[in-house]
Amino acid sequence: MKFRGYRVTSVLLFTGLALALKAQDGNKERGQKEKESVYAELEKVPEKARQKSNPLTKDPEAVAAGKVLFEEHCEECHGSGALGSKKAPSLRASEVQNAAPGAIFWILTNGVVRKKMPVWSKLPEPQRWQLVSYIKSLGIAEQPAPGDPPAKP
Amino acid sequence: MMPPTLAKSFHLLRVSIGTVLVSGLLSLLALVSLEAQENPYIVAYDHNLEEPGSLEVEYFSTFGTQRGGPGFHAFWGEFEYGATAWWTTEFYLDGQTTFDQSTLFTGFRWENRVRPLKREHFINPVLYVEFEDINEADKILKEIEGHDVEADQAVPNSISRQQVVREIELKLILSSNYKGWNFAENTLAVKNLSNQPWEFGYALGVSRPLALKGAAHRCNFCPQHFIAGLEMYGGLGDRASFGLHDTSQYLAPGLVWNLPSGWTLRIEPTFGLNGNSHQFLLRWGVSYEISAFGRMVESLFKGRE
Repeated sequence: MKFRGYRVTSVLLFTGLALALKAQDGNKERGQKEKESVYAELEKVPEKARQKSNPLTKDPEAVAAGKVLFEEHCEECHGSGALGSKKAPSLRASEVQNAAPGAIFWILTNGVVRKKMPVWSKLPEPQRWQLVSYIKSLGIAEQPAPGDPPAKP
Repeated sequence: MMPPTLAKSFHLLRVSIGTVLVSGLLSLLALVSLEAQENPYIVAYDHNLEEPGSLEVEYFSTFGTQRGGPGFHAFWGEFEYGATAWWTTEFYLDGQTTFDQSTLFTGFRWENRVRPLKREHFINPVLYVEFEDINEADKILKEIEGHDVEADQAVPNSISRQQVVREIELKLILSSNYKGWNFAENTLAVKNLSNQPWEFGYALGVSRPLALKGAAHRCNFCPQHFIAGLEMYGGLGDRASFGLHDTSQYLAPGLVWNLPSGWTLRIEPTFGLNGNSHQFLLRWGVSYEISAFGRMVESLFKGRE
């Protein structure tokens, strides 16, 4: 009787553990999927737009001007230092930082209106390129995906 | 004893200051503001919608002179909210003072602008639907339609206020941004719900910032914060008599100053182009954008995390 009790407990524990692991995997999977879908728009950028090069690459003030523009127009959603917030994803993720400047410019110009990213074509082209210069100057700072466990100190 | 005209002017000033103070108070409530990038148009619309979650509180004034009647000051408040990146909704409260007559509330409007296309194109359409519940004393001249002429507004307030107007207004907004320039073309069709014919009108606008590049430091007076423009608008008759005859037409150069603090100031002297139009209107406006408004409202209904 006692042995049978242990067996039932073991089966329940095992099943619980399996479910928890499955759920954990699910969370990770979901987190990864969310992350992928957030940045998926970058993959949809037409090749011609992606090939566009930043005309302000040699402008020594482009990054500083882009920072001012970022603080005025983008920081509210993308967070301080472009690290992301509840409203909008980090722009320091590898997907963005490794994207072609033309792709980022295209996203700025067209927005992702179905996902709350407004169209920024109202900013003149040089200002959008200044923003691209600033964003690309920030470098990668990976944020945990929504399903990832918090980083240990 | 103050002369009545002067007393009216003081009253007007008090109303204007009061409105500005209310806007200022709202701005104090705001946690975050961001610079708006507004075009100088007061009548024409471009395809740029309000950012999602942002509320823009606006106050506009129109001072007008009238042949055959006293001058007036029409004013309106706008609450413009970006519901999504493709839908902006706006609520208006209108009023006016006709000198030597009275000051009155003339009604409200509710407008919606929807961007049907996902991406930016050479010409970008926006669909506009507005419901108006105003009276004939309304003089804000936010749009000119049908056979609207200057003489319509010479009717004393005591009479015109009794005539209620409920209208549905539809607009097709087409707008393009090209090399820093904005070109906007609006056509409008208005239907008075009390069995009046469809009336038509148009508005055209062109504008450009004084500088296309942003400055490398935060500044209020940098030329990129100023956008100059020109708009032209007028009536196109109605279904029974379409055309420019017996319509009023206006040309208005304008300037807008988009401050990095979230404030926007506009001024637009307006000139009548034919005998049916007001000879001169002076329009100006002040607005403030509260970018975190949606988040503030959300936080009211959510517990702390």
